[in-house]
Amino acid sequence: MTRTVFSVALGALICVLPLFCNAYWTDVCVMIGLYALLSLSLNVILGQAGIFHMGHAAFFAVGAYTTAICNTLWQWPIFLTMPLAGATAALFALVVARPIIHLRGDYLLIVTIGIVEIVRIALLNDVFGLTGGSNGIFGIARPRFFDFRIVKSIHFYYLVWGMVGISLVLFYGLWRSRFGRALNCIKADDVAAEGCGINVSRYKLAAFVLGAFWAGMVGTLYAAKMTTIAPESFNFMESVIIFAVVILSGGSQLGVLISAFLFIGLPELLREFSDARMLVFGLAMMLMMIWRPQGLLPPGPRRYPVVDRILGKLHSSGQNASGGLAGLAGAEVETPVNAQTAARTGEDRP
Amino acid sequence: MSLLALSDVTKVFGGLIAINDLSFTVEAGSIVGLIGPNGAGKTTVFNCITGNYTPERGQILFDGTSIRGLRPHRVVELGIARTFQSIRLFGKLPVLENVLAGRHCRMRAGLLSCMLHTPAMRREEEAAVARCMEELDFVGLADRCHEAAGGLSYGNQRLLEVARALAADPRLLILDEPAGGMNDQETAALVEIIRAIRARGVTVLLIEHDMRLVMQICEKLVVLEHGTLIAEGEPETVRANPAVIEAYLGADDEKW
Repeated sequence: MTRTVFSVALGALICVLPLFCNAYWTDVCVMIGLYALLSLSLNVILGQAGIFHMGHAAFFAVGAYTTAICNTLWQWPIFLTMPLAGATAALFALVVARPIIHLRGDYLLIVTIGIVEIVRIALLNDVFGLTGGSNGIFGIARPRFFDFRIVKSIHFYYLVWGMVGISLVLFYGLWRSRFGRALNCIKADDVAAEGCGINVSRYKLAAFVLGAFWAGMVGTLYAAKMTTIAPESFNFMESVIIFAVVILSGGSQLGVLISAFLFIGLPELLREFSDARMLVFGLAMMLMMIWRPQGLLPPGPRRYPVVDRILGKLHSSGQNASGGLAGLAGAEVETPVNAQTAARTGEDRP
Repeated sequence: MSLLALSDVTKVFGGLIAINDLSFTVEAGSIVGLIGPNGAGKTTVFNCITGNYTPERGQILFDGTSIRGLRPHRVVELGIARTFQSIRLFGKLPVLENVLAGRHCRMRAGLLSCMLHTPAMRREEEAAVARCMEELDFVGLADRCHEAAGGLSYGNQRLLEVARALAADPRLLILDEPAGGMNDQETAALVEIIRAIRARGVTVLLIEHDMRLVMQICEKLVVLEHGTLIAEGEPETVRANPAVIEAYLGADDEKW
C-alpha cells in the first residue's frame, strides 16, 4: 500500500519536475532516466534471473552505434533506427551469450566483462571502417516526431521518461507472468527449475536477449541526445554503474528508479564536495552491504486475485480446505483467517 | 507395452560403475518401488530417467519413445515429473508459485503476451492458478498458498514437491524418498496420497527406505545392490528372496 502511494507520488513528481528545473538539472534528469532504462533492462537479467552480467554497456554501445551509423551514413530518421538498434543489440547478445549462458555466477561475470572490453576496443579500432575510431561518430541528427523536432533538454526529458514509463509497464507485466516466475525459479535453483520442466538455458538466453534489445534502444536515445558518441562512453565503468544500480535496488522496479537517482543524481547534488563525494559514496555502499544486503527494495509478492475466490469456494464446499490429507498427517494447519490476512498483506509493487 | 522400460542401462562415474546393465519395466497404472542399500545407485537410476544424467549405454523407453539423453525439461514435457531426495523447493517463493513452476511446461504464453498481459494470457494464467490450487488442496496445503515454501514443515515441504510435480500433468511420477523425514502420522497420510495419485491414473515409481510403506503400497519391487539388479517382482516374493535378505536386510529383518 505504502509502495503504491509512494509510486504515484514519484510518478507525479517526475511529470512536473522539469517545470522547476533549469536546463542543467533537466539534463541531469535525462541522464538519470537513461540509466534507469538501462538498469530496468539489466534488472530482467540480473535482478530477475540472477545472471551475473557486467557487460551491459556493450549492448548499449551496439545500439548507439547502430543508430549513429544508420543516421549519419544513410540519413535514417532516429526513431526508425530505434527498433533496428534494439534488434542489432539483441542479435549480438544472442550470438555472444549462446555459448556462455550455461556458465555460473563469477565465471559468467568475467566473460561478460570481456565482452564489454572487446566491444570498446573494436570500436576504438574503427571496426569495419564504420565506427570512426577513438573520435567516434558525430553529427547525429535530432529525432523528429512528425513535424516536432526534439532538441531541448525538456523534450528529451519527456521522451526518455516516457520510455521509462512504457518500460515499467511492460517489465511489470513480464514480472507478473509465467516468464517472470520462471526467471525467479532459475535464480533460486536452476537444477530444480529444469527438473520442474522449465527450459533453463532458453529462458536465461531470452532474458539476456530481451535486456540487450532494450539496452540497444536506449542506445538510440543516448546517441540522439548526445549527437556525438565515442567508445569511451561505453567503457567498463558504465557497466559497473548499471550493475551496481540493479544490485543496490534490490530487484524491484521502484527500487531501480530510486537507486538510479542515488547513483546518478546524488553525485551531481554533492558536486560542491567534489573530492569527498566518491568517498561518501563508497562508504554508503559499504554500509548498505552490511545493513541491507538484500538491496533497497526487493520485489513484493505477486498478487493472485483468483486465489481468494478459489479459497472461498474450497471453504464453502463444506470441508475444511486443509482438512484433506495433511489434516490426516496432523500437519500444523493454519486457520483460514490467518491465510486470508496473509494474502491481503501482500503488497503490490510498481 | 510398459510405460517405462529400462534395458541394459549403464552409468559410469570415472572408474565407478554406478549402474550396471540394469533392466526393468514399470507397467502403466502400477506403483513400483526401487529399493536397495545406501549407495546402491537408486537415485542415479532416477537421474538417468529424468535426464539429469545420460547413461553411457542402454536404452530408456517412455511409452515407446526413447528419452535417453533428453534434457530434464523435455522429459517433464513428455510426462515424467519428479521430486528430489534432498528437498529442492524455491524456498523464498510462495507455496503457490512453487506449484505454478511445475505448471509452467503446460502453459504457452510467449514473451510478448506476457509483457502485454493479453486476454489469452490472463485466461491461461487464471486456469493455471486454479489448477495449482486444486493440486495444493489435493495435498492439503491450499490454505498456505501465500506462505514462503521454505517456512513449511519438512513433511509439508515434501507434499509441496509432490503437488509441484503433479501440476505438470505427469503420466509417471517419480518420488525420491517421499517419506524421508516424515513422522508416522505424516507417512500414513502420504500412503493415502500416493494411492490417490494412482487412482487419478498416474503411475508411481518411488525410492523409499521405509519398508512398511513400500510393502503397503508397491505392487512390484526392484532391488538394487552395487548398481546391479538382484531381485524384481511382487513384494512378498522379493521379501522371501535369499539374495535380498542377504544383501539388503541382513541382520535387521524384524522391520519386515
